[in-house]
Amino acid sequence: MTARATKSRSRAGRIGGVSGSIVKCICPRGVKTGYDWSVMAALEVEIWRGEGNDGSWRCYAVPHQANQTVLDVVTHVQRHIDPSLAYRFACRVGMCGSCAMTVNGRPRWTCRTHVSRVSRKGRLRISPLRNLPVIRDLAVDMAPFFEKWRDAEARFVPSPVPVEEPVRPGEPARKAADAGIECINCAICYAACDSVAWNPDYPGPAALNRLWTLVNDRRDGDQDGHLEAAGTGCHLCRSHQECAEVCPTNLNPTTAIAGLKREVFRRTLARPPWEGRQ
Amino acid sequence: MKEAWLFTVQRLSALVLAPLVLLHLGVILYAVRDGLSAEEILARTQGSQLWGVVYGLFVFAAAIHAPIGLRAVLREWVGWRGAGLDIAMGLFGLLLLALGLRALAAVL
Ligand code: SF4
Ligand code: FES
Repeated sequence: MTARATKSRSRAGRIGGVSGSIVKCICPRGVKTGYDWSVMAALEVEIWRGEGNDGSWRCYAVPHQANQTVLDVVTHVQRHIDPSLAYRFACRVGMCGSCAMTVNGRPRWTCRTHVSRVSRKGRLRISPLRNLPVIRDLAVDMAPFFEKWRDAEARFVPSPVPVEEPVRPGEPARKAADAGIECINCAICYAACDSVAWNPDYPGPAALNRLWTLVNDRRDGDQDGHLEAAGTGCHLCRSHQECAEVCPTNLNPTTAIAGLKREVFRRTLARPPWEGRQ
Repeated sequence: MKEAWLFTVQRLSALVLAPLVLLHLGVILYAVRDGLSAEEILARTQGSQLWGVVYGLFVFAAAIHAPIGLRAVLREWVGWRGAGLDIAMGLFGLLLLALGLRALAAVL
């Protein structure tokens, strides 16, 4: 393979989270799918098809409709053109976080992404999320995302003693926790993050964002354990802010991770290694 | 715990280095204003406790800071991990320390 071909292959792999040969594709505008093509504009939709790391782009003509979402487009392909297309969705209203895909090079929640906002000259290119193993077509295996979440111990630990002082919405720690609480576990930040791509030890933005909400939650009984866990991975964040750029619920995991770095720094200084863990 | 410590120590050494690097750059600009000569440098540094302390601190902070950063780069870009990397970086730090102190001793 020539150097140039290798480069274009790796770039394609980066964008779609998949590698493999790219087939130059001419869209079948004449394909009959039961629609009156004379009145409806067609979208040229390239979709990554394949199992695991092997696959290629395939092209579909999909009628463009008002207020159509990218998920509508994928559903159209599966229901009317090729029933073998694998993809994932559930709520269709931006709550479950299962419909994330790479759309024109950027990870997005497809059920809340309007075609009119993201298509380029009537073209869409849809591939699975980056940084996660592809099962088939547009469906990725989310297990590594949640396993890292688990390994980062980013879960609520109830305080063994009742919290006497009521938690007030206005107190600074609660505000910091609230700022990161609306995560829908979509893994869009995980797919966008270069640190995740570069470093298998890095827990990823979503898990660390969750840790930061727990560190700020007075009802949680293991803040120290959370900071200990954060200390093994939060410094691997390079603050590129890709996560904040793409998060569909407008969270800013980079800010959360900066908070963790600060607290880990303080905790480590307060506790020299020769004193051991209390 | 080890990672948290390396992270913390690197931040602390950065705190020391930040003003010293600025001072160092300032001294470079000042020193070359009318040509650079060994006599001029030695006239400034020889027998000076202040420069000895400043550059001594600089050398120690750099010898701590650089290997930790290089370790992170190697882990991320080359995938080198484990005790071998830690030993290599420890040796690299010692090398920086030795070179730095040798240079310092030569001008004091
Ligand atoms: S932080 Fe945002 S992008 Fe990341 S998983 Fe949560 S909702 Fe999705
Ligand atoms: S289908 Fe639930 S968030 Fe898109």
